[in-house]
Amino acid sequence: MIKLNSKTPDGPLETKWTVYRSTVPLVSPSNKRNLEIIVIGSGLAGASASASLAELGYKVKCFCFQDSARRAHSIAAQGGINAAKNYRNDGDSIYRLFYDTIKGGDYRAREGNVYRLAEVSANIIDQCVAQGVPFAREYGGLLDTRSFGGTQVERTFYARGQTGQQLLLGAYSAMMRQVGTGQLIMFTRHEILDIVLIDGNVRGIIARDLVTGQLERHFGHAVILASGGYGNVFYLSTNAMGCNVTAIWKAHRKGAFFGNPCYTQIHPTCIPVSGDHQSKLTLMSEGLRNDGRIWVPKIKDETRKPNEIREDERDYYLERRYPAFGNLVPRDIASRAAKERCDAGCGVGTSKRAVFLDFRDSIKRLGRNVVEAKYGNLFEMYEKITGENPYQVPMRIYPAAHYTMGGLWVDYELSTTIPGLYCIGEANFSDHGANRLGASALMQGLADGYFVIPYTIGNYLSKEIRTKPISTDHEEFSKAEKNVRENISRLMSVKGKHSVDHFHKKLGKIMWDKCGMGRNEKGLAEAISEIKNLRDEFWKDVRIPGEAGDFNPELEKAGRVADFLELGELICRDALQRKESCGGHFREEFQTGEGEAKRDDQNFAYVAAWEFKNGNGWEMHKEELKFEVAHPTQRSYK
Amino acid sequence: MNLTLKVWRQKNKYDKGGFVIYPMEGVSHEMSFPEMFDVLNERLIAKGEEPIAFDHDCREGICGMCSMFINGRAHGPQKGTTTCQLHMRHFKDGDTIVVEPWRAKGFPVIKDLVIDRSAFDRIMSAGGFISANTGSAQDANNIPIPKKNADEAFDAASCIGCGACVASCKNSSAMLFVAAKVSQLALLPQGQVERRDRAINMVKQMDGEGFGNCTNTGSCEADCPKQISILHIARLNREYLMANILE
Ligand SMILES: Cc1cc2nc3c(=O)[nH]c(=O)nc-3n(C[C@H](O)[C@H](O)[C@H](O)COP(=O)(O)OP(=O)(O)OC[C@H]3O[C@@H](n4cnc5c(N)ncnc54)[C@H](O)[C@@H]3O)c2cc1C
Ligand code: SF4
Ligand code: FES
Repeated sequence: MIKLNSKTPDGPLETKWTVYRSTVPLVSPSNKRNLEIIVIGSGLAGASASASLAELGYKVKCFCFQDSARRAHSIAAQGGINAAKNYRNDGDSIYRLFYDTIKGGDYRAREGNVYRLAEVSANIIDQCVAQGVPFAREYGGLLDTRSFGGTQVERTFYARGQTGQQLLLGAYSAMMRQVGTGQLIMFTRHEILDIVLIDGNVRGIIARDLVTGQLERHFGHAVILASGGYGNVFYLSTNAMGCNVTAIWKAHRKGAFFGNPCYTQIHPTCIPVSGDHQSKLTLMSEGLRNDGRIWVPKIKDETRKPNEIREDERDYYLERRYPAFGNLVPRDIASRAAKERCDAGCGVGTSKRAVFLDFRDSIKRLGRNVVEAKYGNLFEMYEKITGENPYQVPMRIYPAAHYTMGGLWVDYELSTTIPGLYCIGEANFSDHGANRLGASALMQGLADGYFVIPYTIGNYLSKEIRTKPISTDHEEFSKAEKNVRENISRLMSVKGKHSVDHFHKKLGKIMWDKCGMGRNEKGLAEAISEIKNLRDEFWKDVRIPGEAGDFNPELEKAGRVADFLELGELICRDALQRKESCGGHFREEFQTGEGEAKRDDQNFAYVAAWEFKNGNGWEMHKEELKFEVAHPTQRSYK
Repeated sequence: MNLTLKVWRQKNKYDKGGFVIYPMEGVSHEMSFPEMFDVLNERLIAKGEEPIAFDHDCREGICGMCSMFINGRAHGPQKGTTTCQLHMRHFKDGDTIVVEPWRAKGFPVIKDLVIDRSAFDRIMSAGGFISANTGSAQDANNIPIPKKNADEAFDAASCIGCGACVASCKNSSAMLFVAAKVSQLALLPQGQVERRDRAINMVKQMDGEGFGNCTNTGSCEADCPKQISILHIARLNREYLMANILE
């Protein structure tokens, strides 16, 4: 078995990053000018990295599949971004943010990375304010913060319910500034369909221009993948329609290990499915749980309207089960508790797969105006989608696939197992262990892009200063392009009966039912064989209209779903081997008498890093996790 | 309910294009507008026809990708709502709905309902930023900003760059989009240093992209899904004037 080296620097946790930064080899300004970097993705991670690297003087090319860099799905993040600023004087510190993140992740993340994340978190807020990001402020003109996602300090900075949008527009504007100087070239409506390796190092990519359908070759001394999460493997999720695994999957197939694919996060508060036409699920910010109370009727198959159900006939099940945290328990716990009640037959709404999130008591206590000032835009969005007024009737909510903690395995430098290939943001597996805390993804994306990769990539590039740009006529480029072309022709030539969405929906259903909130050995084994069959069926029966050499959204989707059909199997395999429950991964066989997740630190305190064996499945490698500072304890929110 | 859709089809930017009529049966009230198009496209694919190309991504009203001109209004009839957040309960059984792409010289059609909005990116790179290199920032609370200014800057910053303002304007003016950014940054202390250059450079780029002049008809504000106020255009005009005087 290959020994995975996390390259975490020696020394005490508090000084690892400082020492690393002060000793890592540098690239001189005159050499930076000759080094080319490719960044895939323009979300928070990709945009912040592209802008920062271009500012440093590297030649950067950035790619996204939308029509503008500003539309990456980071734009949709609502709630906020964490930072250990301690502006509130409420006892926050780098250590506390580090500790909360490790514990929240159920002790399945690497200490060194998480500590660094907490360390640079404060700089992110400074950087964003300097760019003109309009964070919420108090009357004295200083920044406001709130508590989020079950923490006891108020460390979450926010910009109304549109924090992701404002942060991304900040990073995007920094990118556009570099585009103006010519230091950065932005390729929109481009999709990455493969990476190119020469003598074991990554040297470029093959992209498809989505408007013309033409394939392109691009050289880079290094490539950074920042292509976001793979939540759309569930078909219905809070992700945007285009979110995909393709970029990292192609890299995985070429040798980059995939870390902890089964760690997926189901968000507890989303608007429930309304019918077969449903194309995505909309998140209602977690912040709502600060003032809304979650309940279901005590009896099964209740038919009365919610407002007619008396207080003593309601089951406020989170308050009942978790008196200390009540409605504010972490996401994984809240999601599973909702499922448990619906499975017991107490769900509400026409589908019976929903629970109430009720603001009646807060409106009574605080007044409608206060509730409106806090949540007005979310209430409006809810009403637009459901046609119901949440000031008058409780919201109906249900968990939905939301975030993926798993992703490409990276070391402390955010390098994958392929030299020169880096992975940042949601696309990597690094910092959240088995469960991500609210407001920590934005923090991680920007930490990676603004403050980590600009240093760590220098270590690799300092050895590349003698590498002249390689012509894209090189045979490895031709070979890679030929493969991509053949793959596309294969898809186009199936000419079957069913649309791409037909297969995607089927895959989503398998994943949701058998590898969603609850998983067990039998279900996972079934899922694996069902996914294999579905994959065969897909390649025999998918129908893609139109031409390959043209703007063709169905072809784009087909390529993505083909990759999801492989990833789905790997997720289930990973879930099958992890015979413990931790964070978002709940194996029904491993729970306490009270239905709580039961971790097994003896046997499973490792990162599962999967190596793709062409045509022969996968081989799992382990990176053992050592906890020198934050010693594992059972998570309890009772 | 049953509807009739009259949809603009255009093979590519060279094609002349034209309307095609699709009877659309069994539309549920709960569908969003793009979900209705998903269903229609599924039916077209089943019949062996090419589906209708349209832009969309987040389907939450925030990415600014969706862009349909519905019954003569950018993003359709509901105030303050993007195409993706428009739900079919706002239509009646038997309605005919006309769907077109944004039409403006600055936004050439790529295919069917998909247009090229890269002009907006170029306007942004002409000046829509504050030059603050990574790592050079001071502590965030060293720059106190009155809440009122921060809130007003936020209102402007909520622009999603969809281009509805251009599509709804008879002159195809991009003033509301440009004003939103200039105004946001002019309201903040961090934006002062580059204030004059920003106004001049962004307006210059806007004109160069072939967008028309603003004649204050206010249709942009009416169709803007984020209800950006035309008062920002007044601020842009002031900024631009001052910048030229001080030049
Ligand atoms: C609805 C919602 C709300 C959220 N709220 C919060 C919150 O309040 N706080 C928080 O911390 N986190 C939140 N998150 C999580 C957080 O937003 C994401 O994890 C984070 O923004 C991901 O950023 P990213 O840069 O890694 O990826 P993304 O923003 O998803 O960007 C991916 C980029 O990669 C490009 N790309 C992808 N595939 C390809 C390809 N094959 N070829 C070319 N380009 C490609 C895309 O075009 C895009 O530019 C939320 C997530 C969702 C879905
Ligand atoms: S100003 Fe309004 S209509 Fe114009 S691009 Fe911005 S959000 Fe869209
Ligand atoms: S699809 Fe994102 S705003 Fe409509």
